[in-house]
Amino acid sequence: MDAMTGLTTGIGTDKVTFYDTEISSRLLLGTAQYPSPAILAEAIRASGAEIVTVSLRRESGAAKAGQSFWQLIRDLGVKVLPNTAGCKTVKEAVTTAEMARELFGTPWVKLEVIGEDDTLQPDVFGLVEAARILSRDGFQVFPYTTEDLVVAEKLLSAGCEVLMPWGAPIGSGRGLNNPYGLRSMRAHFPGVPLVVDAGVGVPSHAAAAMELGYDAVLLNTAVAKAGDPVRMARAFAAAIAAGREAVLADPMEVRDMAAPSTPVMGRAFVGS
Amino acid sequence: MVSPHTKSTETTTVYPAANAMRVKVVGAGVAGLTCAHAFALRGAQVTVVDRRPGSGQGCSWYAGGMLAPWCERESAEPLIVDLGLESQAYWQVAVPDVPNEGSLVLAQPRDLADLRRFSRRTEHFEWVDGARIGELEPDLEGRFDQGLFFPSEAHLEPRKALAALTRRLVDEHQVTFRFEADGFDEVDDEAGVADEADLVVDCRGLAARDTLADLRGVKGEMLVLYSTEVALSRPVRMLHPRIPVYIVPRGDGHFMIGATSIENDERGRVTGRSMLELLGAVYALHPAFGEAEIVEIGADVRPAFPDNLPRLRKRGNTIYVNGLYRHGFLAAPALARRAAELAFDGAYFPEVMDEDHRQW
Repeated sequence: MDAMTGLTTGIGTDKVTFYDTEISSRLLLGTAQYPSPAILAEAIRASGAEIVTVSLRRESGAAKAGQSFWQLIRDLGVKVLPNTAGCKTVKEAVTTAEMARELFGTPWVKLEVIGEDDTLQPDVFGLVEAARILSRDGFQVFPYTTEDLVVAEKLLSAGCEVLMPWGAPIGSGRGLNNPYGLRSMRAHFPGVPLVVDAGVGVPSHAAAAMELGYDAVLLNTAVAKAGDPVRMARAFAAAIAAGREAVLADPMEVRDMAAPSTPVMGRAFVGS
Repeated sequence: MVSPHTKSTETTTVYPAANAMRVKVVGAGVAGLTCAHAFALRGAQVTVVDRRPGSGQGCSWYAGGMLAPWCERESAEPLIVDLGLESQAYWQVAVPDVPNEGSLVLAQPRDLADLRRFSRRTEHFEWVDGARIGELEPDLEGRFDQGLFFPSEAHLEPRKALAALTRRLVDEHQVTFRFEADGFDEVDDEAGVADEADLVVDCRGLAARDTLADLRGVKGEMLVLYSTEVALSRPVRMLHPRIPVYIVPRGDGHFMIGATSIENDERGRVTGRSMLELLGAVYALHPAFGEAEIVEIGADVRPAFPDNLPRLRKRGNTIYVNGLYRHGFLAAPALARRAAELAFDGAYFPEVMDEDHRQW
């Protein structure tokens, strides 16, 4: 790892590792709200995403009735990160995670414990508790959290090896509400894979997250609800690649004084 | 006797000729009944079979009945507009009581961005202000400042419409109905006769998954409210980033509220959360709905292909009409017309025929 940038990957073999799994694409895509499963599939292909999230709480019904949609997702050949979207208690989240492990045969789970209906912000107390239970039970937990450093510490000690702070409330499209907080999180946890999850509206938001040194971006609504989701998926893939390339290229420092790119020495002769 | 090529606007009785094509339609939902009509209009001798005791009792029973191609354009492919315009014209002559009052799309002040987004995705509407909304729907006066009005759209009451169409098929077209019959594997004599059909038109919806492997179910939940405190003349869509809901007036104080859209194939089971969402939205439209009587809650499963677009597929002597998703009334008549032209004229409709490439 590069001590200067906090990057968890090296130049040349630019991959990110989530729980011993190496991933090349730094875009993680949600699968909800697309106009159709066919457009979803095309958007995933266009994005190059290798990981997609799938929600189970509502779709499972009384008897895991969402099989045909889940089979469509499995058929895409990408890694599935089941999520506990819509869960508001530790018990609901744990039960949903257990069902997800059984359905998709993966220890991965994106853990959401929602604490507030309007902002859908995480209940960080429930989140830490559920993360501890699930980690102990062999799950590899991707917690949807805030940029709070103390909560992040507790999630790590609960067994999480990835952190997913929000950019802004889910589905709001507001971008990075607290760049300072996200930057300090990056600086505090240089060795932990960090993913900005939620609130991303346009590709420049995703590029900005990558430029802060984040390892990946997870988004859903911004692509699913775009007029042309497939095109928007491509746009995000390009922005995330650009942000990542920029970090690897070691950007210049910001300065107050102008520093002209053309030497000014001998200026008196210009135009004479 | 009139020509078997009589157009759908005619109401004179059509008697099939002795050598008429014998067509068995399986499924008496909106797809099956409109197919029966289209084939009968071409002079076929049609039998409709359904495992239920009457027509329109599958997922058509729970339909909203909005004939709103331009509103649907917001999230559906342009094909749905084409099929929808044709189907709307069909319903307006095929059954009585199809009010042509348009549709209204509204949003809470904080969701106005969703209204703007909706407007960008479609056409054939006008922006309306609070005063105009009050003119259109006096009971909503003062409740909304902005909305979209789609003047050309219409709506119908699905159960009444399918009952009327069934009567018309029996009275005018000598169509035979056999209910509480499976249509494929009975052994009784009557079925034996019907099974000698020259052509089977399979309109079974999700039940056809046994042969159409790429069909899936998308669950929808709805409820019917009764209130004498509010009157609406046209369907109203309430936009919300998470929970878009529509309210369709059914007359006599009844309102149909729909519909959830959940990726599973679970029939019948209605969840508390879905009712909270539907009731919350209708309460936001008008608080009087808070005092309304809940007359009915229901749920069923829409048949859909992966692109949520309908299909005609011909395999042997069976034509499948399926995948109407949330566009049953909006697409069925247009598909039925195509199915009949496929059968009688060998016509080819690439927009809805994905696996058939004129190989028969």
